[in-house]
Amino acid sequence: MSPLNIKKGSTSHSAYDLRDPNAEVIETHTLAVVVDNESGVLARVIGLFSGRGYNIESLTVAETDHAAHMSRITVVTTGTPQVIEQIKAQLARMVPVHEVHDLTVEGPSVQRELALFKVAGKGEARIEALRLAEIFRAHVVDSTLESFVFEMTGTPEKIDSFAELMRPLGLREIARTGVAALSRGA
Amino acid sequence: MTRQMTGARMVVQALKDQGVEVVFGYPGGAVLPIYDEIFQQNDIRHVLVRHEQGAIHMAEGYARSTGKVGVALVTSGPGATNAVTGLTDALLDSIPLVVLSGQVPTFMIGTDGFQEADTVGITRPCTKHNWLVKDTAKLSETIHQAFHVARSGRPGPVLIDIPKDVQFAQSIYTPMEKAKVSHYQPVVKGDIDQITRMVELMETAERPVFYTGGGVVNSGPAASQLLREFVEATGFPITSTLMGLGSYPASGKAWLGMLGMHGLYEANLAMHGCDLMINIGARFDDRITGRIKDFSPHSKKIHVDIDPSSINKVIRVDVPIVGDVGHVLEDALRLWKARGRKVNKAGLAKWWKQIEEWRAVKCLTYKNSDKVIKPQYALERLEALTKGMDRYITTEVGQHQMWAAQFLGFEAPNRWMTSGGLGTMGYGLPASIGVQIAHPESLVINVAGEASWLMNMQEMGTAMQFRAPVKQFILNNERLGMVRQWQELLHGERYSSSWSESLPDFVKLAEAFGCKGIQVSDPKDLDDAIMEMIRYDGPFIFDCRVEKHENCFPMIPSGKPHNEMLLGDADTQGVIGSKGAVLV
Ligand SMILES: Cc1ncc(C[n+]2csc(CCOP(=O)(O)OP(=O)(O)O)c2C)c(N)n1
Ligand SMILES: [Mg+2]
Repeated sequence: MSPLNIKKGSTSHSAYDLRDPNAEVIETHTLAVVVDNESGVLARVIGLFSGRGYNIESLTVAETDHAAHMSRITVVTTGTPQVIEQIKAQLARMVPVHEVHDLTVEGPSVQRELALFKVAGKGEARIEALRLAEIFRAHVVDSTLESFVFEMTGTPEKIDSFAELMRPLGLREIARTGVAALSRGA
Repeated sequence: MTRQMTGARMVVQALKDQGVEVVFGYPGGAVLPIYDEIFQQNDIRHVLVRHEQGAIHMAEGYARSTGKVGVALVTSGPGATNAVTGLTDALLDSIPLVVLSGQVPTFMIGTDGFQEADTVGITRPCTKHNWLVKDTAKLSETIHQAFHVARSGRPGPVLIDIPKDVQFAQSIYTPMEKAKVSHYQPVVKGDIDQITRMVELMETAERPVFYTGGGVVNSGPAASQLLREFVEATGFPITSTLMGLGSYPASGKAWLGMLGMHGLYEANLAMHGCDLMINIGARFDDRITGRIKDFSPHSKKIHVDIDPSSINKVIRVDVPIVGDVGHVLEDALRLWKARGRKVNKAGLAKWWKQIEEWRAVKCLTYKNSDKVIKPQYALERLEALTKGMDRYITTEVGQHQMWAAQFLGFEAPNRWMTSGGLGTMGYGLPASIGVQIAHPESLVINVAGEASWLMNMQEMGTAMQFRAPVKQFILNNERLGMVRQWQELLHGERYSSSWSESLPDFVKLAEAFGCKGIQVSDPKDLDDAIMEMIRYDGPFIFDCRVEKHENCFPMIPSGKPHNEMLLGDADTQGVIGSKGAVLV
């Protein structure tokens, strides 16, 4: 018997500690990352998330300052407080990253997402879909005798609940942009 | 003065402007224009390697032993993919490198052209940053930027991928001073309030310990000097990770030896029992911490690191200080002196008494033999016979690496190059050549295992061609010793594929390369043979036949806390006596 008290012939021992040392509460945070709009920058950010096992709930990116070639990436992520801190530190140390803002902790913010819904149906269901769309302030951007395409902007939660309501009424497809977010105030 | 030139010439010009003296590389179709420029000048020396992995490890050895940025040049496709292991190694050990790779011409990118690989894609996760330069006008500026990124903040490897048409095209060269100032400027000064908290804790601590790492070496010789002064003035004990050896001298009074999985008993128990841990430029690697939950449970922890993402990554600390080690130590030392040089004398005296008890265990004791060479004995003799010499040590990866860290003493930083974070077998031989190229007059020894050494042995050709008299000290146990040890301790003594079968005759191999080799298996012959190796004017392969079943102790099995260390007196029969397990 070796001093580890592992019986000769045993197989159940890993060389590594397999338990997750960070098992705590999971939080959702919205991060705004200002980056140089150089080639590969998005792959770099996404690679960081996949390579280190972080979650991406939603991700949007577009150039926001054409003169300075800067883009803004908005990413919604989940993790324990320690993981969220790591994600921010890992993002901030990347060479093309200029700023990292955690909109979830830096005070109140507005979050919006745009979604398109294709709903097909006839009769009562079709009328009900249109009525609900009005309540949710969704616009009709395309219609045939058998279908609508609704456009809606709102929080991800609002879009989720509209989608739930549309499902029994003939929801065929959804396209969502992911979240764009800004802090409130000047 | 504006200067028009080809992209290939720009590469050479930018390297010269950056003070580069040596490039390690291997040619191929996609870098021929650059090789043509190298041919037509004499300022930069090109060292032709035998495999691109060798080029990167040589550049690492060069960088680590000089504090400069190492430079390598490889062709597209297979040249670049062969560089990947070296890049990852440099990333994990924070070694500053600039690697230039050739690429198929821009108009062929994406067509699966001959020797095309998505080099920036493949190397994105194993570089600090990389660039694909598609426009000759941007090439020189990108190279200057690359050097800045490689050496600033936490150093690391960067790669620039240069398509062949970009090398041929003409544009205007941007000199270093004219290059755009990068927004990438990591903070070097630590926050003074946090440094004040650090000093306050140091003034009252009863059981403090300095836990230092590769960051001290990377910060430069001044940081090591400050550290020594601080340790001497406070009388605090100090330990270091594998990567930080030499920043505090092994002969220093306060030195506890290396810590971690194969660290010294007194170092690990001091970490476990301290009430103040002062982490300077180390990163709480899992080889250091063991089981996180039980890591140094009663201490306040200070962490100085230039990389904010290292702080609170695995271990929560009480005083985080983001900054360069040298800058922070300077501020802390000044402040501590200004406040009256206070330490808790009574507490420290008790603490040292405790540490002396741990030291008295003499954890590195092994059972010597007059029949067979014990690897520890071989290293003790190597140490005794080379001590005080102008000496650099590299290693491969395995038991011999850990024994080298335990039994060799390092008095200065930048004298010890080893693959820490990645644990890359095959690192040591090429690294030793890189060191020797940087220090042609010094004694450079690669402490190797026979299995690791075979992984890049083709580089003996490079050593011969460039007259690098590197000494290959191979502790030949005919085993993948470290694997064998784990199989013995963790896998029921089932030795699955951990033999080194069909080994070459190393003496004949040396002759085949045109250098000298020796085989020694009798302990009595060891000293003379070592002296012969040192005196020989040229590369040397020392086949040191050692005990085949020796285990490396102390050992903290993965996932165990520091105080559940195995001491074991390294019985060679494959079974360790139960008193080997020391539970404190
Ligand atoms: C490239 C690579 N492959 C595999 C390993 C896993 N590994 C770690 S140590 C070791 C055995 C090394 O044998 P040797 O070089 O003879 O050294 P020894 O342990 O016998 O001193 C192996 C296979 C590694 N570290 N690197
Ligand atoms: Mg071996």
